[in-house]
Amino acid sequence: MSLAVPVSSVGRAAVWRQLRKNPFALVGGVIVFFLSVVAVAAPLLAPYDPAAYDVTQLLLPPSRVHPLGTDQIGRDVLSRMIYGARVSLAVGFVAVGIATIIGTVVGVVAGYYGGTADMLIMLGGVDVMLTFPRFFLLLTVIALLQPSIFVIMAVIGVTGWMGVARLVRAEVLSLKERDFVVSARALGAGDLSLMFRHILPNALVPVLVSAVLGVAGAVLTEAALSFLGLGVQPPTPTWGNILTDGKANIEIAWWLSVFPGIAILVTVLSYNIFGEGLRDALDPRLRQ
Amino acid sequence: MIAYITRLTAISVLQMLAITILAFMVIHLAPGEPTVLQQDLQARATGAQRETLRKLYGLDKPLHVQYGNWLSRLVRLDLGRSFLPDGRPVWEKIRERIPVTLSLNLVEVCIIYLIAVPLGVFAAVRRHSFFDQLTTVFVFLGFATPDFWLALLLMILFGVQLGWLPISGLRSLNWEYLPPLAQVWDLLSHVILPIFIGAFGGLAGLSRFMRGSMLEVIRQDYIRTAQAKGLPDRVVLYKHALRNAVLPIVTILGLSLPGLIGGSVIVESVFAIPGMGQLAVQSVFARDYPVVMGLLTITAGLTLVGNRLADICYGLVDPRIRVAGRNA
Repeated sequence: MSLAVPVSSVGRAAVWRQLRKNPFALVGGVIVFFLSVVAVAAPLLAPYDPAAYDVTQLLLPPSRVHPLGTDQIGRDVLSRMIYGARVSLAVGFVAVGIATIIGTVVGVVAGYYGGTADMLIMLGGVDVMLTFPRFFLLLTVIALLQPSIFVIMAVIGVTGWMGVARLVRAEVLSLKERDFVVSARALGAGDLSLMFRHILPNALVPVLVSAVLGVAGAVLTEAALSFLGLGVQPPTPTWGNILTDGKANIEIAWWLSVFPGIAILVTVLSYNIFGEGLRDALDPRLRQ
Repeated sequence: MIAYITRLTAISVLQMLAITILAFMVIHLAPGEPTVLQQDLQARATGAQRETLRKLYGLDKPLHVQYGNWLSRLVRLDLGRSFLPDGRPVWEKIRERIPVTLSLNLVEVCIIYLIAVPLGVFAAVRRHSFFDQLTTVFVFLGFATPDFWLALLLMILFGVQLGWLPISGLRSLNWEYLPPLAQVWDLLSHVILPIFIGAFGGLAGLSRFMRGSMLEVIRQDYIRTAQAKGLPDRVVLYKHALRNAVLPIVTILGLSLPGLIGGSVIVESVFAIPGMGQLAVQSVFARDYPVVMGLLTITAGLTLVGNRLADICYGLVDPRIRVAGRNA
C-alpha cells in the first residue's frame, strides 16, 4: 500500500544545493558534526582523565599544560568539557527523541480524528502542559526523583512534546483532505495505515527541523538544571556543573565560568543555525 | 461575546482542575516522603513518631482523599501549612515573596517590549538591510546564550573585576543605616544585573516574533491597497501595518508568563534574590509538598488567566476569532 504516497518534491540533490547556498547553515552543520565526534571520541581526545584530581594543581589559570586551566580539586577543565559534551548531546538527543515521538503520535491522532478527540487532546493535554511553568515542573520532578541521566532525559522529553504535537497536528489537518489520502482510503486503507503510512511521511520535514532545533533547547535546559545542582551529578562532568564550580570560585577563577558557557553557546548556536538552514533547504514553501 | 467568554471560562476551570491533579500526582507519587527526610535529620525519631508526622500531614490517607482535602481547602482559598518545622501557612510564605518577583518581572516585560517591538519592526521594514542582519545575528546569539552563564560573566565583570555592582541579594547589610537616596541607589545597584538578565532572555524571541508578524502583514492585500492609494510609506507602515502586526503580541504576552516564572527560578538562584523562584527551589529540595503545590497552582493559575485574558482581548479586537471559536 505505498502507491499513494507522493514523493517529496525536493530531492536530496536539491536539498544539498540549497544548503550549499547558505554558508552559515553549512558551518553550523560542520560544527554539529564536529561536536558529535568530540562526544563519541572523548576518551581519545581528552588530554587527561576527567576525574583525575591533583592537589598540587588547584585552580590554575589556562596554560600550555592545561589549556583551559584546572578546577578547585586540580582536574583538567578541557578534559572535563570534552566529556561534558557527551552528557549534553546524549541528553539532547534522547530527550528530543522522546518529545518527538510523543508529540508526533499525539499530533497525528488529534489532527486525523479531529472533533471531540482533537479538542480533548489539544485543550486537555497540550494546553494544560503548556500552562505549567515548564522549568519549575522539571525542577520539581527531577528533585523528587533523584537526578540521574535517564531521569533527566525522560523528564525533559516528557515535558517538551507540545510544540511538535501542534506542528504535526497542523500538517495532518491540511494533509488529510488531499487526494492521495482520499484515494488511499477509497482503496480500503485503515485509520492506522492512513495516519502513519500515508499522512505522516509527508509531515516529516517540519518534524525533522523541529527536532534539530529541539536539541538546542534540550542542551540549554540540561545545562540550566545541571547548573542548579539538579542535572547529572558530580563527579560526572557536565558543562552546567563546571559552571556551578565557576560560580563557587567566581572571585578567583574566571576560566571555570567562561569556557563551559562558550561550549554551550556554540553548541546551541550551531544546532539552531543548522536547523533553520535545513528548514529553508527542505521546505520550498519557505524559500523566498 | 458573552458566550465566548463563558466557554473560555468553563474550559479554564476544567484545565485548572487537570493541572492541579497532575501536579498533585507528580509530587505525591515521587519516592521519598518528607517525613523520611525529616527523620533522617533526627536519628532518634522512632517509627511511631514518623507515623504521627504522616498523620499530621495527612500523608497516611489514600491519594484521592488527600487531593480531595487539598481541593476543598483551595476552594476556601486555603493552601494549607508548610511541612517545614515553622509550619506557617503556605499562602503567607508565598505572599511575602510575590512583590519581589512580580515587580522584577514587570520591569523586565516593559523593557523587553520597549526594545523588542521597535527592533523587530525596523528589521522587517528594512528587510535584508545591514540593520536587519545585525538584529538577526543578535537574535541567534540571544537564543543560544544561557542566561545563567551571562549572569556569571556579568557578575565577574561588574562585580568582581570592576567592583561596580553587588552580586547577590536585594540590599546591602548596612541598608537600614544608609540615607534615603543611598538606599534607593543600593536597591537599584542590586537589581540592575538581575533585570538585565531577565530581560535579555525574552528579547531575542519577541523581536524575532515581531519581525515575522510585521513581514506577514506587509504582504497583505490591504497594505498594497494603501500603497496604491498613494499614501506615503510612513503612514502605510506605521499606521496600517504596525497596528495589525502588534496584535498577536497580546497572545505572546500571555504565553510568555510561564517562561518568565521559569526565568525567575534561575535569576533568583544566581543572584540570591528572595523571590518566588528561590522559594520554589528551596521548597522542592526540602520536599515541602504544600508550598510546591501552592506555587505550581498559583503560577499555573496566573498563566491560565493571562492566556484567557489575551484570548478575550483578541476576540474583542478581532471578531474573526470569536466566530472561529464558536465553530470549533
